[in-house]
Amino acid sequence: MSALMAVAIGILFAASIYMMLRRSIVKLVMGLILLSNAANLVIFTSAGLTSGAPPLLDAATKQPPAGVADPLAQALILTAIVIAFGVLAFSVVLIHRANEVVQTDDLDQMKETDQ
Amino acid sequence: MNNLVFLPILIPLLAGAITLALWRSSKWQKRVSVFATLLYLTASATLAWQVSQQGYIVLQVGGWQAPFGISLVADYLASIMVVVTGIVAFTAVLYSLVTTPNTHIKFGYFPLLHILLAGVSGAFLTGDLFNLFVWFEVMLLASFGLLTLGGERAQMEGAIKYVTINLFSSALFLSAIGILYGTVGTLNMADLAVKLQDVEQQGLLNAIALMFMVSFSIKAGAFPFFFWLPASYHTPIIAVSAVFAGLLTKVGVYALYRVFGLIFIGDINFTHQILLWMGVFTMLSGVLGAASQFEIRRILSFHIISQIGYMILALAIFTPLAIAGGVFYLFHHIIVKTNLFLISGMTHLLQNTYQLKSMGGLYRERPFLAALFLIPAMSLAGLPPLSGFFAKYLVIEAGIVSQQWLATGVALFVGLLTLYSMIKIWAEAFWKAKPETLSETVKLPLWGVVPIALMAIMTLIIGFAAEPFILLSQATAEQLLNPQSYINAVLGGQP
Repeated sequence: MSALMAVAIGILFAASIYMMLRRSIVKLVMGLILLSNAANLVIFTSAGLTSGAPPLLDAATKQPPAGVADPLAQALILTAIVIAFGVLAFSVVLIHRANEVVQTDDLDQMKETDQ
Repeated sequence: MNNLVFLPILIPLLAGAITLALWRSSKWQKRVSVFATLLYLTASATLAWQVSQQGYIVLQVGGWQAPFGISLVADYLASIMVVVTGIVAFTAVLYSLVTTPNTHIKFGYFPLLHILLAGVSGAFLTGDLFNLFVWFEVMLLASFGLLTLGGERAQMEGAIKYVTINLFSSALFLSAIGILYGTVGTLNMADLAVKLQDVEQQGLLNAIALMFMVSFSIKAGAFPFFFWLPASYHTPIIAVSAVFAGLLTKVGVYALYRVFGLIFIGDINFTHQILLWMGVFTMLSGVLGAASQFEIRRILSFHIISQIGYMILALAIFTPLAIAGGVFYLFHHIIVKTNLFLISGMTHLLQNTYQLKSMGGLYRERPFLAALFLIPAMSLAGLPPLSGFFAKYLVIEAGIVSQQWLATGVALFVGLLTLYSMIKIWAEAFWKAKPETLSETVKLPLWGVVPIALMAIMTLIIGFAAEPFILLSQATAEQLLNPQSYINAVLGGQP
């Protein structure tokens, strides 16, 4: 399962970087979306994939049974998802405004600040 | 008493909320902002004083013991950075009182500024890697807002580059955190420092270390990841540029110091060797970029990069002397660079342009402003007895002592080229005759000049009374190079 996830993450990263290197700002934002998802999956996978063992305390011993899933990684991902959501909402507005102001969606035309 | 650590984060957060509630009244937003930044400065100075008495102040947030909860840690380095942040914030707010257009204030200039401050101080004070990521994002989101306020074409273009590269760096940071957590199962910095000593897969650790290095170098604007910086830093209004120039890249440098001074010190020959070359090329490319520019703000932006190179070089040499130099460089540079940007705003007010070729005659017209420019400019170039001299001196001496001849030679050469750039601004904007096309000058606003004068005085103090500052830097370096004391302070002496 981990190997499959690793391949999926690799493909996600590759796809996101490919999209970010395109000239259209819409594709750029799609690349950013894929990128944040890929990073979240890295946390998810590297913290260990455990299936069918939710981190619940045992009523009698007040201790989690051995081999439960690590809940912290999921808390990290949850935080990261919320942050990514905010940031991506901003970038969508940004490309909309940029398109209005610059009158193009072509990144190659946006080089006024690079001279 | 430990709650003091939280104040530099709490005050700007509250100030952000209050100024947000005062959305309609720019007058009250200004008042609250001045008061809040003054309060911030007081709180951070108190914190620094307490830290100088105790060495470390640690707050386990919510009473969750480390390494299970989030620790906020104030040591010498963090508290110095917070105090300097306070200075920059206070002067920037004073400067904003008259120079920020009302259209900006109407769309949340002050709330964003305060949230930015909260993010910056959170990043300085946290003792947890994931928390560092969260504060980075707080800081970034606020900076996105500040960068695009105004919505001009150059701002939009600059912002797209800035946003993209910073999000990429964040994703890399996040992935590195994930892999590190998967490897050692903790993210508390002190706990990491303990546990990484026992990890046997040094190759894997090096790979993770490099991910952190690339991510922080992007944020710090180090070679070869700096291209976004000169493409975006000159686009917003000057007060914003000044705060960015002073603080944001330095948060990246601080993170490098923290991570490569405390956590990834197992394979110094590998990681710090890369940092060394990075520092050398950062210095060179920054200063050469600046030499080719004729727009004040872009010259200054490129000089941020070259000065970042010195700080990274100091970290790479990794001796007590070098780290002391690097720390001295950090706080000297923040003040000087912010000041130079503020001055470029004043010259723009006078001559309505940032292009050096169409400026001139400022020395004859405004000798006082010219003197105020010379102080930070010559300090940046490293002329004695100004603060930049001691910063460069320490770094270069450390380079000679540890026999890094090439790096030291480059550092000296870059110092010379920095002088050239500053002389170029001086000669073009201040010294040469005033172009006839320029109209009559305007009166400079008092609250534009006061912050500049304040920071120039601070530069003079750091320069002329350098000894206590050098002693402070040395104490900081000593503390930074002794991870065991940090570990004991955070984990309470238990392994």
